[in-house]
Order: sequence, then structure tokens, then C-alpha cells
Amino acid sequence: MGESGVKKPIAGGAGDAVGAVALPHPRTSRPARQGAMLENERLLAAVLLAPTVLLLGVFIAYPFVMGVWLALSSTSVGNPGQFVGLKNFIKAFNDSIFRTAFWNTVWYTAWATVFKLVLGMWLALLLNRNFRGKRLVRASMLLPFIVPTVLSTFAWRWMFDPTFSVLNWLLYRTGAITTKLPFLSDGVYGMWCAIAVNTWRGMPFFAITLLAGLQTINPDLHEAASLDGANGWKRFWNVTWPLLKPVTLVVVVFSVIQTFSDFQLIYVLTGGGPANSTHLIATYAYQIGVATGLLGEGAAISLFMLPVLFIVVWVQLRYLRRLENA
Amino acid sequence: MRRRTFLKVTGMAGILAAHRAPAFAQGTKLHVLRWNDFIPACDVELKKQAVEASKLLGAEVQFEFINANDLQPRITAAIQSQSGPDIIHMLHNWPHLYENGLVEVNDLAEWQGKEQGGFYAQSEAYTKVGSRFMALPHSIVPGLIAYRKSWLDEVGATTFPKTYDDLRAVGAKLKKKGHPYGQTLGHTFGDAPAWAYPLLWNFGGMETDRSGKTAIDSKGSVEAVKFMQAFWKDACDEGGLAWDDTNNNRAFLGGEISATLNGASIYIAAKRGQEKIKDDKGEPLVRDILHARLPAGPGGSWSYHTAFAHGVMKYTKNVKLAKDFLKWFHGAGPYGRWFEVAEGFSIGSTKQWERAPLWNTIDEPMKGFKTAADNSRVIGHAGPPSGKATEVYSKYVIVDMFAKGVQGTKAEDAVKWAEVELKKIYG
Repeated sequence: MGESGVKKPIAGGAGDAVGAVALPHPRTSRPARQGAMLENERLLAAVLLAPTVLLLGVFIAYPFVMGVWLALSSTSVGNPGQFVGLKNFIKAFNDSIFRTAFWNTVWYTAWATVFKLVLGMWLALLLNRNFRGKRLVRASMLLPFIVPTVLSTFAWRWMFDPTFSVLNWLLYRTGAITTKLPFLSDGVYGMWCAIAVNTWRGMPFFAITLLAGLQTINPDLHEAASLDGANGWKRFWNVTWPLLKPVTLVVVVFSVIQTFSDFQLIYVLTGGGPANSTHLIATYAYQIGVATGLLGEGAAISLFMLPVLFIVVWVQLRYLRRLENA
Repeated sequence: MRRRTFLKVTGMAGILAAHRAPAFAQGTKLHVLRWNDFIPACDVELKKQAVEASKLLGAEVQFEFINANDLQPRITAAIQSQSGPDIIHMLHNWPHLYENGLVEVNDLAEWQGKEQGGFYAQSEAYTKVGSRFMALPHSIVPGLIAYRKSWLDEVGATTFPKTYDDLRAVGAKLKKKGHPYGQTLGHTFGDAPAWAYPLLWNFGGMETDRSGKTAIDSKGSVEAVKFMQAFWKDACDEGGLAWDDTNNNRAFLGGEISATLNGASIYIAAKRGQEKIKDDKGEPLVRDILHARLPAGPGGSWSYHTAFAHGVMKYTKNVKLAKDFLKWFHGAGPYGRWFEVAEGFSIGSTKQWERAPLWNTIDEPMKGFKTAADNSRVIGHAGPPSGKATEVYSKYVIVDMFAKGVQGTKAEDAVKWAEVELKKIYG
């Protein structure tokens, strides 16, 4: 830029020729100043980043800081509360229901992730083959993932209903059971039911992402391995898996974050019951913070998720970086 | 624009004709949040009344109905965000917990109590915080045990058991015949506390002493849990641990259970749907339903009936409108119409409604609901009603004490667990 004030030849005209049309003297115009600003890379970067920073600030940072403040206060419904330091965290730590909810969350996340990974991988390998109706199958596979969680979980809740369960009816009719299975009325059964529903819902995400990863693997590698005499298992273990590892790690990180902070599924399926035996951290935080109105205590409970998720994500991303550097 | 046209368009002509300004600004809305009534016709009646009230008050009255289990989260969100419905349905003793978010309504309570024969003690205790009414009592949904007369007859019980021990014995016979007793011990607003609290009291247990200090660790509490463990195993549908307030209705109407503690909604649904809802002999199920009070234990025969009130939210800009609406809505005319539609499921919060014409024509099995509220204690017993008792209720500590017992925890340990939880709240 920096051209303001410089006399320019008129296009198609006679340049500096005498008698040239006298143009109004160009001022140090606004577009010119803006042009100068855009030339400044630092300023441009700041301008471009500002909307994102604003959005992150309003929707991520502010709620997070408020959450931390609430956790350090005695705020309850209609009562602004006072700073109480770590009292809410200590109270949660000494709470037997919180400890149950914490271990339930770890258990639920671990098993659901393992099942989603194994079944998702299996499904991805199947869908990576050529067969008739491949596209239809791939599209329909996404249905559990597309249907809103609350809606699909309600359907599952009906299937596990303590009195009118269609699964119990089916098992009873086929002679597999003689008395009803306590799907949701027993804590252990309830937890496994929740894991099953989470797996059903989350598996397509694993499958479709791993399928995308599989399709980036050069078929020549498999062909070469086959020529060297590698069977299917060896080809998977020595060719597919190493190349799929980075994608797998990313999917697992996403899944762990989502599953560890899961709320809707448990809230609809068991409500944390019976007798608090299937609460996760998120549902228990809701029970204390929102339903009972003890906002400070509820916020402290929910913040227990943060260090665990931070460590999990940090370890996995570190491993991913090592893989990339190798 | 001519002067005459301007006045017409802006609505000023009406104001000038009336010689006074409208009570509320044009476009004012009054948002009333209530539970989804178990008698759907009651909500239909309220929608009609909203139209009527809108015309009378010159403001748009809107009802919103949600699942009762979702009311407390909505109240918390509304108070914290200082926005939301102008009036919210208050169940149990919630006004004590939400005191800071509610407008005092002493004037309305004084009017209603005086005009309608005085409040039931329970309704007053739940809405009056100190000397201030923080919500206006509206109704009570009494809980009685609905039972299948023919099935009880079959096991030799021609009248409903009068004691908990008899109930267990009869229930065991019924369960052996495939007709268990149905009771929820889940985290649900009505039926679970309505069973658990009286069970504690009727075996001599109590949540707190008269001064409000934790007093649950007692012989009575342990005996109550021991009874529940045996009753559950011998007589109950063990799926009840995962039930909410609707499951027992469905199970009873579906012929799966022989008896259950409930409001009158089972009977009313069976009556209104008698063309479809039949018993095992093909007869309308309603003819086989009777009601009984909770049995007696060593500590007495107390019940717990869910009280309902309406709270005006402190954040609302329409306090006057809200109060005007409540005065109309709780008045004999509109309330009487709603009361008739409820057909005994909801009874008044004041004693006048015991004399309502409805009771002269109501079916015989429904008559027990008329005075059912006379033996109700309040949660937090024997201490005074308080926000702490609401916290115990909201965390389902008493319900969970029994649920832990039936899940295999020793009765003494279940009571100890409850004591620890209560001490965190009451100190």
C-alpha cells in the first residue's frame, strides 16, 4: 500500500499529458488506512481471532470460571453463598455416594470404550469389504448415532422395563429364563444395561471413523504382505493396526471424554438408581446441584471430572505425538 | 390519520370509555408452571380456565405442564437465572427450600384460609416459613392403598390388613399366586416418600427429634427396615426399585400387581377407561378396586399425603398480576370446577372442600379420600418443617435407607448410613 497521494495514470488516458482530466485530490482515505491495517500481520491476526476468542470466552471460559467459583463457595438456590475454600471437595470426597459415582464413572467409561473399540473395529473391517448394498449398510449403521440420545434411551428403558420388559418376555418365552431379570432394579444389572446402551450408541462413531482410516491404507501393502505369506490375522496385526493406531487413539480420546462426562443416558435409563447405585459423576452432580439446589457442592462434584480427563487426554496425546515422531 | 381512527387503532377509545387505564400493560403474559396432572382432564380444565382468566385480568395467562420429577430442577434454574415462570407449582415442603426465591403471600393465605374454612395443618406447615406464607396452599393428593378385592378374597382376606404384619402375611400369599404387592423405592417424587416416611413413623422411628437434631438411629428405624426387607422378599414385585410414580399405575391396570399405595388415579383411570380396562374375567377392572389406609405399626398409623401449593417467584415483574390470578384461581368458582374434574384425586387444602357436593355422588370406593388428609405427618418429623427436611427429601435419604435394606445391606447398617447422611444436613 502506501500509495495514497501518488498521482496515477488514468487508465486508457494520456498519463501525465497536458490537458488530462483533473481528478479530485485523493484524501488519506479510510480504505487506504484499512489496507495499511491489513498489512500489519499482528493486527490482522488479532482481528481474525477476536470472534473466536470472544465465543470461547463467553461460552467456555466464563462458565468454567463460574463453575470453579461455585465449587469454592457455599452457594445454594436463591442464596449467593460465601467462599468456603476446599470444603465442598472434602465433603464430596467423604461422601459414600460420590465415591460410588466416581468408580461407576471409571467402570462405565472403561468397559464402554473397550466394547465400542472392539465392536467398532470389527464393524469397520466388515464394511471395508466390497458387497452389495454397502452404501446402504454404511448409512444405516449410523442410525443409533443420529437418533437423539434421550429418545433412543427411552426406547431402551421400555425394553428393560421392570414389569413389561420385552426382553424378559422374549427370554421367558424361549425358555432361557424362569424368572424376570432385574435389568434396572439391580445396581449391577443396571450398570451393565447402561454400558450396553452406550456401546450400541457409540459403536457407529468408532466404526465410521476407523473405516475412514482403513480406506487410507494403501492396498499394495496388504498385497505385498499376502505375497509374503501373511494370513489375515498377521496382515491385520502387522499392517492394518500400526497404520490405524493414530486414528484409533484420536477416536478413543473423544470417546473417553464423552463417556466419562455422560449424563443423558443414565439420567433417562436409571436416574442413578436403585439407591444411587448407578450414578455417574455428572448425574450425581446434577442431583445435588440442580435437583437439591446445593449449587456449590454440585459444582465441586462435577469438577472432579476435570483432572481425570486431563490426565487421560494428556497421556493419550503424548503417545500420539510419539507415534507421529517415530 | 384522523383523531378518531388513531384512538381506535391504539385502543385508547376503550380506555377513555371505561374512564380508567387497563390493570396491566398490553401484551403482559402470566406464565404458570405446573406438574402434568395424573388426571389429564384436570389440565384440560385448566387450559379452559386460562382463557377465562386472560379475559378477566386483561393479560395472557399461559399454563405449562411438566413431569413432576422435573419441577425442582426447573425451579433451581429459574431462581438462579432470575427468569422463567411467574408462578410455579410447589410440592411437599419445597417453599421452605426456595424461600429466598419466593414472594410472601400472607394476604392471600389469610383470605383463603378465612373464606374456605381454614387450612389443613399439613398445608399450612409446608407453606408457612416462620410467620410468612411463602406459597399459597392449593390441594392435597392423598395416598391410599388401591387393591384388588377379589384377589384378596381368594387368599382369605375379606378386609384389608390392619397391621403391617398382616399385610406381609396376606402379601406373601398373593405373591405366591402371582399377584405381588407393588411399591416403588426409586427416586420419584410421590409414591416412594409416601410409603417410606410413614413406614419409618409407624414403627416408631423419626428423622429428627423435636429440636430438629438427627434422631434416626433408633430401634424403631431398624425395625422398619427389617420389616421392609422381609415384606419386599415375601410380598413385593422386586422390580419396584426401578419404578417411578407411573409404573405402579401401569402395573395395577395391567393386572400385574394386587395392591399399591397411590393416589386415586388408578381407580379414576379404570373408571374412565372401563370399556378397555378389564380384569381377568373380562369385567371392568374398576368394579374390583377398593381403597384402604396404610396399616398400623407399633408407632401408630400415620400417612404422608403430598401437598401442593403455588409460589409467586420473586424475580417476576408481575407480582400484582400473579396475586390477582391466584386469588381468582383459588377462589370457590374456578377451584370448584377443577375440583369436580379431579373427582377425588385432589382434595382441598382447606376443610371447606370436605363439604363439596362431589362427595355426595362419588363412588363408594372413593369416599375414603374425602378425609384422608387428617392423619398426615410432615416430612422432617418430629422436628419442625424446614429447608433441611426438604434437602433430605430431595436427596431421597429416607427412601434410600429402605432401598439399601432390600438390596442386602443389614438393617442396622442402612440406618447408620442414613444417620451419616442426615447429620451432614441437620448437623
